[in-house]
Amino acid sequence: MSGGVDSAVAAARAVEAGHDVVGVHLALSRMPGTLRTGSRGCCTIEDSMDAQRAANKLGIPFYVWDFSERFKQDVVDDFIAEYAAGRTPNPCMRCNERIKFAALLEKSLALGFDAICTGHYASVEYDSQGNPELHRSLEMAKDQSYVLGVLTKDQLQHAIFPLGKTASKELIRAEADQRGLSVAKKPDSYDICFIPEGDTREWLGDHLKAEPGKIVDQEGNELADHDGTIGYTIGQRKGLRIGRPAADGKPRYVLDIRPKEREVVVGPQDALQISELSGERFSWCGVGPDNPEQWREVDCQVRAHGETVPAEMAIIDGQMQIRLNEPLIGVAPGQTAVVYQGTRVLGQTTIDKTLSAQAANV
Amino acid sequence: MKVFLDHASTTPLRKVAKEALMMGLETAANPSSVHSMGQYTRNLLEDARDSIAKSLDCNRSEVIFNSGGTESDNQAIKGLYWERNKTANRKLIISAKTEHHAVLDTIEWLEKHEDAVPIWIHVDQLGQIDLDQLQKVVETRHEEIALISLMWANNETGVVTDIPRVCAIASEYSIPVHSDAIAACGHMPISFRESGLAAMTVSGHKLGAPIGVAVLIVGRSIKLESLVHGGGQERAMRSGTMNYPLAMAMAAALEEATAELDWREAELGNLRDYLESEVERLIPEVEVTVKGANRLPDNSHMIFPGCQGDSLLFLLDIAGVEVSTGSACQAGVIGPSHVLLAMGKTEDEANGCLRITLGYSSTKADVDKFLSAIVEAYIGAKRAGLSAR
Repeated sequence: MSGGVDSAVAAARAVEAGHDVVGVHLALSRMPGTLRTGSRGCCTIEDSMDAQRAANKLGIPFYVWDFSERFKQDVVDDFIAEYAAGRTPNPCMRCNERIKFAALLEKSLALGFDAICTGHYASVEYDSQGNPELHRSLEMAKDQSYVLGVLTKDQLQHAIFPLGKTASKELIRAEADQRGLSVAKKPDSYDICFIPEGDTREWLGDHLKAEPGKIVDQEGNELADHDGTIGYTIGQRKGLRIGRPAADGKPRYVLDIRPKEREVVVGPQDALQISELSGERFSWCGVGPDNPEQWREVDCQVRAHGETVPAEMAIIDGQMQIRLNEPLIGVAPGQTAVVYQGTRVLGQTTIDKTLSAQAANV
Repeated sequence: MKVFLDHASTTPLRKVAKEALMMGLETAANPSSVHSMGQYTRNLLEDARDSIAKSLDCNRSEVIFNSGGTESDNQAIKGLYWERNKTANRKLIISAKTEHHAVLDTIEWLEKHEDAVPIWIHVDQLGQIDLDQLQKVVETRHEEIALISLMWANNETGVVTDIPRVCAIASEYSIPVHSDAIAACGHMPISFRESGLAAMTVSGHKLGAPIGVAVLIVGRSIKLESLVHGGGQERAMRSGTMNYPLAMAMAAALEEATAELDWREAELGNLRDYLESEVERLIPEVEVTVKGANRLPDNSHMIFPGCQGDSLLFLLDIAGVEVSTGSACQAGVIGPSHVLLAMGKTEDEANGCLRITLGYSSTKADVDKFLSAIVEAYIGAKRAGLSAR
C-alpha cells in the first residue's frame, strides 16, 4: 500500500473477496521526507500514514517493511549504472522485477502469505490448464501491463491485481470515496519516486560525474562540444547547441549516446526510425510459446504508455529479436520491449541493439 | 486474547491513576486563581507534588510538572547548557551513544545550533558506561564541561548505570549531571536526594499514568534557562496552566509502583529469568544480550540470529503476542538499534533483536503464551531471512 488511492481500493477489494489481508507499506528510502511534494506518490512519511489510515479503515493489520537497501542496490544503483552506460532504464519495471515481486514476495511467502495484491492496472487470468496469463487492463489510459511484463509464471501465480477489470480511474476514485477512504482525491503520481524534484537529468548530474566530449554526426565528424553524455536523450532535438546548421538544413536529433567514447551522435530524423530490436535478457510472462524460434505475429510496446506497433518476434541465437512492421521513433538501448498477443503480455526483453529503418546500424 | 509484553513502551493505566484522574476532572478551576475553587485545585496539584517528592525522595520544590519525558530531557539539557554558558565558556556535553533519542537529538541540536561539543563516553559489549574514561575526561577538561547526561537504565536493554558514582565523579568539579530515569523509575529504588543529580527525568505513562505527563526533578540549587515563557508557573521553568488531573494520576501511579517495588520486581525478575531460560532451551542459538550486566529485573533483551526483528514482530503479532525490537522506529520502519550498534554489535545483530518487557499486570500465562509462539515465529522469520531488506 503506497498510500495512494489505487492500492487502497485494491486492498479493499481483496478484503471483500474474502482474503485474509495484511497491509504492507514498503519503505524504500532510509531518509523519507515528511510531506509529499509535487507529483510523487510514495516514500514520504505522509504517504505511509495515508496507507495506514486506509488499512485502519478497512480493519486490516498494517506494517511498514524496510526494503531501502535492496531498493538502492537493485533499482537506484542500476538506474545510475544504466545511464552511465548510455542506456535508458525503466526503474518501475526493475522495482516490480526485483523488489515487489521478488524480495517482497519471497519474504511474504516465507511469512506464510499466499500472494501479493497491488493496485496495478492489469489483470491475471488463468487458461484452461490453470496457467496464469497477464492481460492489459480494461482502462487503457492507465494500463500498467507494460511495467509488469517482466513477471514470470511463478511470480504471476502469486499476484492479484483487483483493478484490472475496472473501466476507469474515476470509478476507482468514486469507490474510494464511497468506502470513506481519505485518499480518494489524492493526486496521481507520475515521476520516478526516488527523484524528488522530478528532474531526472539534474538528479543524474548529482550522481554521475559529467565528462565533457564531442557531438558528432553519423560519419564521425565533430560538430560541437558537450558537458557530459548524461545531459542527452535519444530523440532529443532541442538544446544541442551545435551552431552550424546541417548541410541539408534539416534539424538534427540525438541518434546514439556513447559514454565510453564520450560521444553524442546526431543526425536527421529519418535515422531515428527503428525497424528492428533485439535483446539477450528476455523472459516469458507466464508460459512461453511452444516453438519460440519460429517467427510469430505480436504487438510491440517500448514505453510505459507508448504506442504499440505490429511486429514479428522470434528467439534467434538466444536473443529475442523483434522486426517492427512500422518503425518506432527514438528507441534507446536499456528500454524494455514488451510483446503482446491481443491483450495478453507474451514476454519482454531489455533492448541491447536497435536497427534503424535506413538499415544503418546506430 | 492478546498478550502484552511491551510494558517499556507504555504500561496499562493503573486503577489508582484512573481514579485520581477522574477525581481531578470533576472540578474545573485554574490552580493559579485566587478564588476558593482555584485554591481547591491548587491543593490537589500540591498534594500530587508532595506525593511525587516522597516517592522519588526529593524536595517538593524540586518537582516540575510538564508534558512528557522528551520535554523533560530537552528542558534539562538545553536549560543546563544555556545556564552554564551564561557566565563561562563551557561547550562540552558528556553523554553516551546508548541514550534515548530525546537526549541524543537534543545534544546534536545544541551541537548544530549552539556550538556545543559532545563527548560520547564509550560503552562496552554489555552496554556499560566506561566510568574510567568518564573520570579522565572530567579530570582533564572539567572547566569546559557544561553538563553530563547519562540515563539511569537503558530503555532497550535495561542496563543500569551507577548514577551515584557518576555524580561523585562530577561533584569534584561541581559539574551538573542530568539523568533520564524513565526506564529505571518504578523498576528499581531511586533516591534523587542520595543520587547527587542536578536534574532527573521521570515519565508518567511508563508507570501506569496516562500519556502526556512527566516531571523534571531539578535540584533546589540548580538554575535552568527555560524552554517556554509565559506565566512563570513551576519555578518559572514551565509556564502554562498546570494540568492537575494528570499530575494527580502520575502521583497515584508512582506511589503504587514505589510501594510495591520490592516484591513486584522480585516476582517479575523470576518470571523474566524463567522466560529467558526457556527461550535458551527452545532456541539454543539465541543470545541473551546483556546477561552479565546489572540490569532491570523485568527487561529481557535477546538477539535472534539470522532474522529480522520486524519479521519476528509481525509473526508474533499475528499470533497475538505484542513485543518490541526496542529500537525507535520512524514512520513504522524499524531500523537497526542504535544502542546495540553502540555496544559493538553488527548491523545484522542489531536488526534481529527483541525486547520483552514485563510490567505490573504480567503473568506466567503471558510468558507461556510468548514461549508457545516464539519457536514457530523464529522459524518463519529465519526463512524470510536477512536478505530481504
